[in-house]
Amino acid sequence: MRVELDKISKSFGPVQANRGISLTFEAGRIYGLLGENGAGKSTLMKILSGYQTPDSGRILLDAVPQQFRSPLDALAAGIGMLYQDPLDVPPFTVLENYLLGQPGGLAIPRRTAADQLRQLGQHYGFDVHPHERIEDLSLGERQQLELLRLLSGGAQLLILDEPTTGISAEQKSVLFNSLRDLARKERKTLILVSHKLEEVQDLCDQAIVLRQGDYVGGAKLPCPSRKLVNLMFAELPRRAPRPRPVAGTPQLELRDLVVRTPRLALQPVDLSLHAGEVLGLAGLEGNGQELLLRACAGLLPLAGGELRLAGQRQPRLDYLAARKLGLHYLAAGRLEEGLVSGMTLAEHMALVSQNGLFVDRAASRAQTRRQIKQYQIVARPGSRVEELSGGNQQRVLFGLLPDDAQLILAEHPTRGLDLRSSDWIWQQLDLRRREGAAILFLSADLDELLERSDRIAVFSGGRMSRLLDARQTSLNELGHLIGGGA
Amino acid sequence: MTRPAWLAQLWTLAPVLAALLLTSLLLVAFGASPAEAFSAMWQGAFGSQDRLLTTVAFWIPLLLSALGLLVSFRAGLWNIGIEGQFILGAIGASWVALSLQLPAPLQISLEVLAAMAAGALWAALAGLLKRWGVHEIFGGLALNNLAVILTNFMISGPWQPPEGGSFRGTAPFHADALLPLVGSTRFSLVALALAGLAFGLVLLALRNSRWGLRLKALGRNPRSARLLGVSSRRETLLAMAFCGALAGLGGALRVLSWFDSLRQSISGGIGYLALMVVILAAFRLFWTPLVAFFFASVLSGSIVLQLRTQLHSSLGDILTGVMVLLVLLFGNREVLQTWWSEVRSARRTPGRQS
Repeated sequence: MRVELDKISKSFGPVQANRGISLTFEAGRIYGLLGENGAGKSTLMKILSGYQTPDSGRILLDAVPQQFRSPLDALAAGIGMLYQDPLDVPPFTVLENYLLGQPGGLAIPRRTAADQLRQLGQHYGFDVHPHERIEDLSLGERQQLELLRLLSGGAQLLILDEPTTGISAEQKSVLFNSLRDLARKERKTLILVSHKLEEVQDLCDQAIVLRQGDYVGGAKLPCPSRKLVNLMFAELPRRAPRPRPVAGTPQLELRDLVVRTPRLALQPVDLSLHAGEVLGLAGLEGNGQELLLRACAGLLPLAGGELRLAGQRQPRLDYLAARKLGLHYLAAGRLEEGLVSGMTLAEHMALVSQNGLFVDRAASRAQTRRQIKQYQIVARPGSRVEELSGGNQQRVLFGLLPDDAQLILAEHPTRGLDLRSSDWIWQQLDLRRREGAAILFLSADLDELLERSDRIAVFSGGRMSRLLDARQTSLNELGHLIGGGA
Repeated sequence: MTRPAWLAQLWTLAPVLAALLLTSLLLVAFGASPAEAFSAMWQGAFGSQDRLLTTVAFWIPLLLSALGLLVSFRAGLWNIGIEGQFILGAIGASWVALSLQLPAPLQISLEVLAAMAAGALWAALAGLLKRWGVHEIFGGLALNNLAVILTNFMISGPWQPPEGGSFRGTAPFHADALLPLVGSTRFSLVALALAGLAFGLVLLALRNSRWGLRLKALGRNPRSARLLGVSSRRETLLAMAFCGALAGLGGALRVLSWFDSLRQSISGGIGYLALMVVILAAFRLFWTPLVAFFFASVLSGSIVLQLRTQLHSSLGDILTGVMVLLVLLFGNREVLQTWWSEVRSARRTPGRQS
């Protein structure tokens, strides 16, 4: 089946997620869809799989225009999507879960279905036990089942969203072998959405790169990873380097720090961050930099190693205790993690800055008014935070940072902000730095990392690179390390 | 899209009216006269001064429990265990009443304090269970059952009345242990004063205290609250204990003024009723006493209903139950408004795709 996307556009409010994207997917080929966060990959794939409808543009299957109203529609037409979190029902058995997706009447022919399922598994090289419970399976095995469900549903084009996150190396090689077979032997079309360049190089025939909603180019694979990175990240002229800061006392020291989550284990990290220093963490999403940042704030438990704040060992760090030591965390999702919808600016201010039993409303209003002025927030003290724009919400978060913050940990400090707001945020951070705060941040924007950090660490597959001097390194070197190079 | 504020306030009454209508239809279907039934209920609740005071006496423990729930709901907690906390309050007060003989003011103060402590403890237990991964709804339900079992154990064991004894309750408490009542009713001015005090306390906590602000942040977004420095462990326990203390106070008033001893099914479901009150009041402080009073009137009125007409007193339960269901179905203004605006925008832009 030949699948064409014809001038697909989609916007969410002011954000243009896809801008007139036209692509063709041929039968029997494996495509790698690349792009940094917010490039529009998932929107495009959600449109193709019937999960969302485009604002304009058409989807053609073998030159016939299609209208998908739901993922079910799309699957009936031959397009199936494998999500990062499998859409299965954990308490069910493998067989029950499979039957759930099958058409059929009231009487369920269990025995025949079990045989069918086993044969299907054998055919694609998966070891399937119909009577096992889904919740006892590993993520990789659940993925295999989901794949079987889509294939038995008649999928000709399969979209795989980060399929190797959280599965073992062995399962990955099983998965990749069967994906290759699907393309070569059964002429299926495969689209791999991934942040891991090695995998795309390994598996795919062709790369497709999106950037800020646009299709910016493709490449036959394998090709030098540098070429892909250059396509993914717009190159901007470098600005004048800043003077080297005078490093003060160590604020954060990590020795053999280990963090584990079901999805990813972070290899031991050694790091020290001094007062007045800015350290940037680079890497594609899900490669471990988020885990490190959260663990340093006591938001994730440590699996091993040592963490010191201002020289003090913290065997069991908890965020509330860390806050008292002057550590502050700014999360990426401002309304999900940072501000409380339904509460006003003044209420936020009273919450973080006042002591005593009762709220001094007059004082918190006055203080909020001062912060509004100083941080140039477009709002009133009585405005609820959800009424503010993203940039203003970020300004509010900065306004809530106490003056004596010693260590600021920030996820994507300027994500989704316009140039002016971004610049302003960094002016604030620089001010804090000059006052002696240490700053550790992660970003998907390489330009921001190069321009704003003193040193940069790059994460790939849970491993942290050596520390780079931001003045000495280049976009090319970062790209190489992000792609898993040494 | 924005309605005037007064309409938004009055919207609370819509499900009440709808429930009255539905119950009337039910009555007609069974061949009874709605007018007669409702007038009997009115007579029962407000027909004389004594009846009015009885209704008020029933209202007070219900109001106290509902006020407590406003606090735990503010922290985002579903304190279903309030029924058990109410019962523990009754047990706590009975314990002091049966074991001490002090001058009335001191005796009653101790009873009330013991009841509040017992209720708070029972609630804190549900809070601790939550910390260990048991959701407060399930922990609360289990503790409710335990509270009933504990009551039955106490009245059939340690606190069994000396002569013969029955399984129905303890012997009546001595006179100094009971609240002074007005006339021949079960209404006590002390109870009313305590309820007023509790209302003021909750008003202060929710509107003016920093604690109330922390609970609000926690209830609306626990993840943000944590980053803003709110300890969910601490505040969860405190909010539960606060609610439990008020419920416990309600339980104490139940044994010290409504009854004169600890009985089986001492609460009569007042804790669950309080949950309905708070939901119907849409968690608004000033609506809570009004809704609680409405519930108290319906329930105390339906007792007379059974005497006057051939209708069963459970008509009151039906009426309140239907009302809460209607609130849950239609009462959520925000849902209704989004739905309505979606309908309108769908009409404005008919199917873009061919």
